[in-house]
Amino acid sequence: MRYSAFSIVKNALTGNVSWKPAWRQPEPKPFYDIIIVGGGGHGLATAYYLAKEFGLKNIAVLEKGYLGSGNVGRNTTIVRSNYMLPGNEPFYEFSMKLWEGMERELNYNAMLSQRGIISLFHNDGQRDAYIRRGNAMWMEGVPAELLDRATLMKMLPFLNFDHARFPIIGGLLQKRAGTARHDAVAWGYARAADRFGVDLIQNCEVTGIRRDNGVVTGVETSRGFIGCGKLGLAAAGNTSRVGQMADLKLPIESHVLQAFVTEGLKPAINHVITYGAGHFYISQSDKGGLVFGAEIDGYNSYAQRGNLATVEHVMEEGVTMIPGLSRVRVLRSWGGVMDMSMDGSPIISHTPIDNLYLNCGWCYGGFKATPASGFCFAHLIAKNETHPVARFLRLDRFERGYPIDEQGAGPQPNLH
Amino acid sequence: MASLIHCPHCGIRPKEEFSIRGDASLVRPDPAASDEAWNDYVHIRSNPRGRYHEHWQHGAGCRRWLVVERDTFTHEVFSVTDAASVARKAGR
Repeated sequence: MRYSAFSIVKNALTGNVSWKPAWRQPEPKPFYDIIIVGGGGHGLATAYYLAKEFGLKNIAVLEKGYLGSGNVGRNTTIVRSNYMLPGNEPFYEFSMKLWEGMERELNYNAMLSQRGIISLFHNDGQRDAYIRRGNAMWMEGVPAELLDRATLMKMLPFLNFDHARFPIIGGLLQKRAGTARHDAVAWGYARAADRFGVDLIQNCEVTGIRRDNGVVTGVETSRGFIGCGKLGLAAAGNTSRVGQMADLKLPIESHVLQAFVTEGLKPAINHVITYGAGHFYISQSDKGGLVFGAEIDGYNSYAQRGNLATVEHVMEEGVTMIPGLSRVRVLRSWGGVMDMSMDGSPIISHTPIDNLYLNCGWCYGGFKATPASGFCFAHLIAKNETHPVARFLRLDRFERGYPIDEQGAGPQPNLH
Repeated sequence: MASLIHCPHCGIRPKEEFSIRGDASLVRPDPAASDEAWNDYVHIRSNPRGRYHEHWQHGAGCRRWLVVERDTFTHEVFSVTDAASVARKAGR
């Protein structure tokens, strides 16, 4: 069923009884040409683009829980392409362009809102770094604007401009950035992939990867053995565990990142704002809640829950940036398990095993990358060659000495 | 994460006094070791879900480096040992 204004009106007038489930619940077949492990945003997008762009059939996505139960439903919903390094910026801009056409393409309302992201800075050194980043964006054809203090005071009067240690002296704006409804992204890709015949198999945990003569022949799952011609891993925080089943040596640590949402307020914050004095970022959802987060907790964790010390730290950062936040009550907080790579940048790559492909290392940046990650991973699996915008995101860049380290923090995942 | 850590030198202390460096199972290779050995040391991580040895420093206490064995899923702490004694025991 195609969604449209007409379908809403028609169903409303007929008692809303003829809506169909958005996707099927198929039983796993004994063999698929391509299996994707992980039914989150990236896995579902990969399956969708494999079917849509590359015309492939007989594809399955295996998910151990329910679709979108991982990080795609546990993030702060920010989409942007304000990166600096040549290995990253074209990839994220490709993603931004896919976001801009995604809802129409998927026939699904992902509530993409290009409200702009403003990254604040507090001293001359930071200003120079942001000017450099803005210039790097322009060199890839991505518009960026430098805002001075007076402009910001008019746009965002609620900020703490005259903090003694971190006065706000300006900000870098990417107007096309914004937010999207995260769950709807997973559901939209799932529904669209299902319509192309992709089998989305939930409650199906991969417990082993069977190999024969050095190639993958299928996966052992909680619902029995399923054979495959090619296998793609998009398991995010559980990448190391799945990779271990195929003896992959991976530059990944799993860390927990927390996010928070407050009670609903009238429209107050019209942009996504990031604080240069910490790693705080905030936006307001369409429902009115303020959605915000900051750094990872800083220790390896597979638990989808965080630490009170980090909660306190995030609140302090928020109140330092917007003093009015101290009056707002937090409704919910949650944690997601991040696949932190050793340079803070993602991996979309071949592996030492011919028909096994890897998609991981998204650190905190996975949500905004969802469309491009799916597209480039599908390109890699379908054609067995890297998509041009993802050509730097190879697994072997670490041993070759070509990390993509935006932060300049070195191989220390809890600092990215 | 456990809120209290039993430091072998300072006794029971809040975990905010400590900072966490990461995997303690890695051993720095010889300077002349192969590129592969160095790559494994610098970049490759076992990243287990379960028991894990980690380097912590007790910055607000004895300032000693410690090896903390904990579970990365339940966050249960099994043991806290001075890093020097761990290294000595391993013959390093």
